[in-house]
Parts: sequence; C-alpha cells; structure tokens
Amino acid sequence: MKRIYVDEKWCLGCHLCEYYCAFSNSGENDMVKALKNKMIHPRIQVEENNGISFAVNCRHCEDPICVKGCLTGALSIENGVIRIDKKKCIGCYTCIALCPYGAVMPSPDGVVQKCELCLQRDGNPMCVQNCPNQAIVYEEGVEI
Amino acid sequence: MSVNFLYPEYEVERNTNRCIACRVCERQCANEVHRYDEDLQMMLADESKCVNCHRCVSLCPTRALKIVKTNHTFKESANWTKNNIEELYRQANSGGVLLTSMGNPCDYPVYWDKILINASQVTNPSIDPLREPMETRTYLGKKNVKIERDANGKLIPNLPVNLELTMPMLFGAMSYGAISYNAHESLARAAEALGIYYNTGEGGLHQDFYKYGPNTIVQVASGRFGVHKDYLESGAAIEIKIGQGAKPGIGGHLPGHKTMGDISRTRMIPEGSDAISPAPHHDIYSIEDLRQLVFSLKEATNYKKPVSVKIAAVHNIAAIASGIARSGADIIAIDGFRGGTGAAPTRIRDNVGIPIELALAAVDQRLRDEGIRDNVSIVVSGSIRNSADIVKAVALGADAVYLGTAALMALGCHLCRSCHTGKCNWGISTQRPELVKRLNPNIGSQRLINLMNAWNHEIKEMMGGMGINSIEALRGNRLMLRGVGLNEKELEILGIKHAGE
Repeated sequence: MKRIYVDEKWCLGCHLCEYYCAFSNSGENDMVKALKNKMIHPRIQVEENNGISFAVNCRHCEDPICVKGCLTGALSIENGVIRIDKKKCIGCYTCIALCPYGAVMPSPDGVVQKCELCLQRDGNPMCVQNCPNQAIVYEEGVEI
Repeated sequence: MSVNFLYPEYEVERNTNRCIACRVCERQCANEVHRYDEDLQMMLADESKCVNCHRCVSLCPTRALKIVKTNHTFKESANWTKNNIEELYRQANSGGVLLTSMGNPCDYPVYWDKILINASQVTNPSIDPLREPMETRTYLGKKNVKIERDANGKLIPNLPVNLELTMPMLFGAMSYGAISYNAHESLARAAEALGIYYNTGEGGLHQDFYKYGPNTIVQVASGRFGVHKDYLESGAAIEIKIGQGAKPGIGGHLPGHKTMGDISRTRMIPEGSDAISPAPHHDIYSIEDLRQLVFSLKEATNYKKPVSVKIAAVHNIAAIASGIARSGADIIAIDGFRGGTGAAPTRIRDNVGIPIELALAAVDQRLRDEGIRDNVSIVVSGSIRNSADIVKAVALGADAVYLGTAALMALGCHLCRSCHTGKCNWGISTQRPELVKRLNPNIGSQRLINLMNAWNHEIKEMMGGMGINSIEALRGNRLMLRGVGLNEKELEILGIKHAGE
C-alpha cells in the first residue's frame, strides 16, 4: 500500500505541507478563501529542533492501536487507510493518547482528526504534491 | 549617515488580499527580508535586504508576492547612469573594491543574437531528425590527420585519447566551495546519465564523487587545491585552468569561513584558511612552461587522459591559442567575457576580456591557417544561453560548449548575482547546511537531464533544417551562418557573410 514518507534530509521546515493540508481538508477550492485570516489545524505537522525538521502525519499502521482502542468504532481501516467517521466519534481522545506518533489530534469541531491521504479529495495527497524539495513522497514502502 | 543612503533596488509587492500569512517567505529568505508582525497580524518586508532571487515568490502558495524594480530615480543621464552613481557612492562609503558575481551584465553586443542560421529549401533536402539518423555525438581531443598503415597494409590503431560526448555540451568548471555539495552531486549525476562531463573546478574532488570519475574533468588551477595522484587519475580528462572569462588576469579567493569541514579536506588546506588562487601559475611564464605542465600531467596519468587548457578570451587570443595548440594540449577551453563567477571585482568583470563569438572565430581561423586545428578541440563558454547559441558556436568552429550559468539556472539559480554573499537561497552557491539542503540532487540532476535533452533535440532540429546529419559536419561550417546588423570588420572576424549575401 502507498504511504506518505518523509525524508528529513530534504525537509526544509518551510511548513508549506501544513498549509496545503489545511487547504485540502477545507472543502474550498481556493487557498486564499480557505485559509485567509484563519488559524490552521493541519493533519500533518512539522517537527523541528536544532536544524533538523520533518513532517509527521498518520503512518497508517498495519496493526493500528488507535483503531483497536476506539470505543465507538469511529476509526476503521478501509483498504489499509485508517479513516475516521466523525459522526461516530465522541471525542474521548483515547486514540490521541494511544498514537505513538502524535498523528491523531483534536479537531476544532470537537472530535479528532487525522490524515486520510486526501481521500476526501482525489486521493492525491496535497502535502506530497506541493513539497518544494520532494521531502514528502507517496510511495510503496515498508509496512509499519 | 544619511549621505550613505541608497534607496533599495527592488520593492517587495505583497498582495495582502491574497497573503495568508503562512510565513513561508520568512522561513525561506536567508537575507531576512520578510517578517511577521504579531501586533499587526501581517507580513512585513525590509526590501533593502532583497537581492531579487525569487525564492519567496516561487514558494508563496497563493502567488501573493512579486518583486518589482524600484522606480525611484536619480537625476540620471546617459553618462551618469544609476549604476555609475550608486557604485561611486558605495565606494565613497566603503573605500573598497566592489565585489559581484555571475556574468557581465553590461550592454555589450551579443553576437549570437546578430547571427542567423541557414535552412535547406528545394535544392538540398532538409532532414527530419525524428525519422532519420541524426548524430550529435562528438569527440574531444587531438585528431589524426592521416591514416597510417603498416607494411602489410593494416591500419595502425594510433588514435590519440579522446573524450566521447553524446552531445556537444559539458558542464563548466565550478568548484566545490564556490558551489555546494548538492550542486556538485546534481551535475555529476546528470553528466553520468547523459554521457557527458562535468568539471570539478579548482577545489578538488569530494571523496563521495570519485565514483563519477569517468564523467569528470578534473581541474588543476594556480592554487593547485586538492591536486594529488588519485585526483588526477580519477577523472576522464585533466584541465589546466589559466584564466576565467569573468575575471581574466586575476586569481581567486575563497574566504576562510567557507573552507571548513569537507571543503578544507577536499582542497587539502587547513580549516579556516583563505584559499587563494594566484593570478598566474607561478611555474608558467611561457608556452614552453605550459608544455612542461601539460606533459607532467600526461606523464603522471600514463598518457591515458586528454589535457585541456582553459583560458579567458582576451585581446591576443588567437596567438595564445596557437601556442597552446603547440604545447601538447588536447583541448583548448576558451571562456568569454560574459562567463559567470562566484565572486569577482565588478570593474574586472564588466570591463576585461572580449566576446566569445569573436574569440572563437579568430582562434578557429588562426589554427586552420596554421594547419594545427586538428591538434586540439575547441570548447567555448561564456554565456551559452540556448541551443541556438550552441549551433552557432559549432558552426563558428567549436567542438563543444561548456555550460556554467545555464546549468545553475536549471538547478534553480535566478541570476540574482549575489553568490559572493554565501547566502544563496536556492542552495547552490552556499555552504550553509540549512541552505544547501534546499537543492535536492534528485530534482536537480533530473532538471539538468531535461534541459540537456531538450537542447540536444533542438540542435538536431536545426541541423536537420540545414540538411546536416552530423554535428561534426556542422563544425566550422560558417556558410551556415549569416550576420545581421554587423559591420564589415565584425563579419570579417566572424568569417561569415551578411544576410542577403
């Protein structure tokens, strides 16, 4: 299965992935309209310290403990992609506590959010398409 | 002091209706032009620091940025131009020599743009390169004029060593130090993939790049940095650098703060010491001395590698080239006055040397007149901007061209002419790790490969139009060229007719 991988060697810490993620999940088709004067809540987040930076998002683990721990079945695996059904989520944050990567986070609308590989759009992750240095790639790789 | 004040050359125009304050411009500007003001909740810019490199413009996700040339004006005249005035003020303030980088930007004639290429009509058919064979492969080095046979009539295989190029282009000499590790890796990988060569420049060869040796030309310059036995043996050819088009007659200086870590190891000098390349080679004061170095290098490498001699195009170029052709060198590389540099004094760059078009025509003619043209191949450089420039250069007599600036542009260079500041926002002419990583060689090498393949394709199209199916048949074929708007003397030196003749 194709996953998003990040090579910290090429990550510039420019944070563009975060803005494209927020745009992708906004439902808008214009970035200015989507993000102007708004606080963004991206599902991919750049970690940086001491000149090293890399973007982190859901690893779409093969055996995900977030799904196992979900009380209501809001998290499920769909063709290898971990999806969230916000209608079922009660915002207990068990998944947030369980995720070892910090890739599930509270959402401004009260429940949780996570990367769903832009399946809500066209399935082409925008963070990958718009990374200026090809630090974020979407390819077949090792199972996590 | 107010008398020092110079109005910024560029203004940053931000469309606040589009700006989403993502701050990518701020994070990506090594010159610290952009900043976010928390109180105003908007991006601000200090345009006095802007070098117009377009990094922010290129990365802005909402196209909210553009850089415009200021319309602030002096009371200019045709004599006292803005440049003349500003440079004078700057020197009155600093008392120093003005430094700059990249090629000569002044308004001298560009002869490429005054030369037109022929095409076949009716009497000799043009060739479609997509349907018929079309050869841009070429060989650099000494050529045998005569075929020799032994007593039994068998061919004596005594071809001198040559470099084989799949297309008549090479990447020009740019040292590790002047450009970054990732820039070098991009050039090396592209050269290998394309079947051409890149040139180490005078900074030695990083240990990681020895594996690209078969596609590397190693340079020996006046500072002799990084020159040792393995280095000479690693390359496909050796180039003695006498001069550079951007700064003929003067040496080079890589400041101590850039000779750290790998660069100091590669150059074989102590960390933090200035890498000074003297203006002359202190062991070369005549063609005889040059011959000694040429043969020393050949001896050291068992006569297995062609030796090139790179010189800047200067007034007496034809006679100098004649001397080099007799020195035992296999290739003469001539760098015209528009050639690039990582740092040069402004006055030298803008006023010294001659155009490569005239130098090339003069050298090719002189070597033919003296019957020694086959002793050497001629490689020219100094602002080759597109494939048509290459076709014209070959028709004027060049065997191939070196591409420096054009190659850097494929890597992202936006010609901001600030290489000497060491803060290249595109990760090319810098050694700061956080900037170097901005150039991913996976992207860089692919863009170089794209550019070279595109140009090679265009060269084939133009050759086909002329009814010529091999680049070797185009070389020195000046009947394929016509001048426009050139005077008698210029036409005479270029050895071409005027359009309509």
